[in-house]
Amino acid sequence: MSASTKPRVAVFKMASCDGCQLQILDAEEALLDLAGAINIVNFAEASSYMEPGPYDVTLVEGSISAPEQIEQVKEIREQSKFLIAIGACATSGGIQALRNTQDAGAFVRTIYPTPEYVKTLATSTPIADHVRVDLELTGCPIDRGQLLGALSALLAGAMPRISTSSVCVECKRRGYVCVLVAKGEPCLGPVTRTGCGALCPAFGRGCYGCFGPSQPPNTDALGRRLVDLGLPSKLVADKFRFITGWAPAFREAADAIADGRKDEEVAAP
Amino acid sequence: MRYLDREAFGKLVDALAGAGYDLIGPTVRDGAIVLDHIDGAEDLPSGVGEEQGPGTYRLTSRDDDMVFSWAHGPDAGKRFLFPAREVLCTAKRNDGQLTVECRPGDERPFAFVGLRSCDLHAIAVQDRVFLDADPHYARRRERALFIGVNCAVPGGTCFCTSMGTGPKCTIGFDLALTELPGGFVVEVSSPRGEQMIEVVRSREATEEEVRAAQAVTTEAEGQMGRSLDVADMPELLYRNREHPRWKDVAARCLACGNCTSACPTCFCHDIVEGMSITGDTATRTREWASCFSEEFSHIVGMEIRKSRESRYRQWLTHKFASWIDQFGTSGCVGCGRCITWCPVGIDVTEEITAIRATDGEVEVAEEVMAS
Ligand code: SF4
Ligand code: SF4
Ligand code: SF4
Repeated sequence: MSASTKPRVAVFKMASCDGCQLQILDAEEALLDLAGAINIVNFAEASSYMEPGPYDVTLVEGSISAPEQIEQVKEIREQSKFLIAIGACATSGGIQALRNTQDAGAFVRTIYPTPEYVKTLATSTPIADHVRVDLELTGCPIDRGQLLGALSALLAGAMPRISTSSVCVECKRRGYVCVLVAKGEPCLGPVTRTGCGALCPAFGRGCYGCFGPSQPPNTDALGRRLVDLGLPSKLVADKFRFITGWAPAFREAADAIADGRKDEEVAAP
Repeated sequence: MRYLDREAFGKLVDALAGAGYDLIGPTVRDGAIVLDHIDGAEDLPSGVGEEQGPGTYRLTSRDDDMVFSWAHGPDAGKRFLFPAREVLCTAKRNDGQLTVECRPGDERPFAFVGLRSCDLHAIAVQDRVFLDADPHYARRRERALFIGVNCAVPGGTCFCTSMGTGPKCTIGFDLALTELPGGFVVEVSSPRGEQMIEVVRSREATEEEVRAAQAVTTEAEGQMGRSLDVADMPELLYRNREHPRWKDVAARCLACGNCTSACPTCFCHDIVEGMSITGDTATRTREWASCFSEEFSHIVGMEIRKSRESRYRQWLTHKFASWIDQFGTSGCVGCGRCITWCPVGIDVTEEITAIRATDGEVEVAEEVMAS
C-alpha cells in the first residue's frame, strides 16, 4: 500500500502516564510491519512530526481530568472515523479517579506551591463519558497483543473481538495454580476481564483488576469471599477502588462494601 | 499381577523417556501437585499429601516416601490431549498464492504416569466428543501411553464411587499401579503394557501383595469426601428447570469459569481467527472457553444466556443430565475438581442434593417439558 492509501492513524494522550503508548513503541518486530501497514501521522510520544486530521483510526490514552481536555477530545472525535480509547485511564478514569470521591481542590492546594496555576476538574472520567467511543481496550497498561489484534482486524475490515471473560479463564488456560484456592490470596481475577494473560497469578499474586470488570461481574459474591478469607471489609472495598475503581461495577461494589451493607447481608439469614 | 519395587519403577519411567515419550506426571509446583512434563520418577511428589475442600486446596507433608498418596491436582489428561490453546490451521499468502495448512503437529507421544481412574474415565468421555471429529486430538490420543494409579487417599471433594468411575482403574490404561510401602502391584492390560514391563525387572506379585492392593481400594472406597445420588437422571434436572435453587446458586456463583476449566470432561472451546498486521499470514486457534462466560452464548448480536442463573443451570444440567442424551454417558466422573477449584466453593453434589430434596416444588408446564 502506498503512503496515501494506508489508513491514517493518530495517537493522542489526555491525563495518563504514557505507559499505554509505550506498549506501541515497545512492539518491536511488529513495529516495522505496523509502519508498513498504517500511516502514523500524529504521535507526539514518538515524533514531533504531526499532521492535522481527519484520521481513519485514533487511539486516545488517558482520562479527562482538566477543563481543556473536554474540548480537545471533542475535536479529536470530530476528526476521527474510528476512535479507540486505550488503557484504564481512558476507559474508566484510571488511578487518578481516586480523587472523584474526595475534595480534589484540597489535593491541589496541599501539593502545589502555586495552586492557582493548576486547572483541574473535580473528577477524572473516561473518554466515553464525553464523546462516542468505537472500541475500548482496557488494561494498565493495555496488552500489546490485543492492540495489534484490534488494528489487524480493522485493517482486514473486521470489527475487533475483545473478550469479556474473566481472568480466571485465561489463568486456567495457562495452567497457573489458583492463588485464591491454593494460598488464600485475595484475587480479583473472577470479576476482572481477561487481557493481561493472567500476569499476577503467574507470579503467585492475586489479580489487581487492571483490565476492569468482566462481563456483568458478581462482585458481591467475591467481596463476601474475600471477607471470609480474613480481609477486613475496608481493605476489600479498597481493592475494588484501585486501578479501575471508577468503573461502575467496581465503584458500586466498593461503595456497598464500605457502607457495611454487604456485612449486614451476610449476617442476615 | 506383577510387582515392581521402587527402583524398578523408576527404571520403567526412565525407559519410557529413553524411548522418546514426553513424560507427563504429577509434580509439586506453586503450592499444588500439578500434572506437568517431568524428567523421571525423581520428579514425583514423594512424601507429599494434600487437603481439599470446597474452594480450598493445601499441600501437606507425609512422613513416608509414598508418591501417590493423594488424589489429584487441578489438571487431568485434558490439558495435554485437548490443549488449552492450539493452532489448528495456518494460512499464508505468497505472491497472490494462498496455502492453508491444517495438519496435526508432530510432537512426541505422551506417556502419562499416574492418572487416576476418574481421569481415565474422563478421557473416555472426551473421546466421544473428539476422537472421530478431530484429527489433532485423535493423533495425540492414539499414540499416548497410560499408566494409571489406583487411589489410596481420595480427596475431600471426591465422589467417584457415586459415579461408578473409581477409585480403582478399570478402563483406559496400559498399566495400573497400586502403591504399597515398598513398591507397586501392577495390573497389565495391553500388549503395550506387556512390552513396557518387560524392559525392567519385575516379578509375579505374591498373594499377600495382591490382597494388600485390594485392601487399598476397599479402604479408598470408604473414604470418599462426598457422595451423590444420581438416580432419575436426566429427568430430575429436566423437570426442575424452574427450581428456586438456580437463583440461589446464581447469587453465589462468580461465573468465573474455573469449574469448567478444571473439569476433565468439559470440552467447550472457542475458535479465534487471527491475522498478522501485514495480512500475509492468518491462524485459526482453538482455545478453552466456558459456558459461564456471557460472550460464549453470543449469537448474531446478542447473548442468549445473559443471566448467571441460566448459565449455571446450563452447565449443571448439561454435565449431569443432557450429556446422557447427547453422548450416552454422564458428563461427570466425580473427581470433585469443580468443587475444590471454585473460588467460592460451590459444590455440585450439594446443589443437586438441594434440588432433589424439593423435587417438583415448581412445576414446569407440560408443553415446555415436551418441547
Ligand atoms: S488465581 Fe485469581 S485469576 Fe487465577 S483462577 Fe484463581 S481467582 Fe481466578
Ligand atoms: S463436574 Fe466436577 S466432579 Fe464432575 S467431572 Fe467435572 S470437575 Fe469432576
Ligand atoms: S461454580 Fe464456581 S468455579 Fe464455576 S463459574 Fe461459578 S464461581 Fe466460578
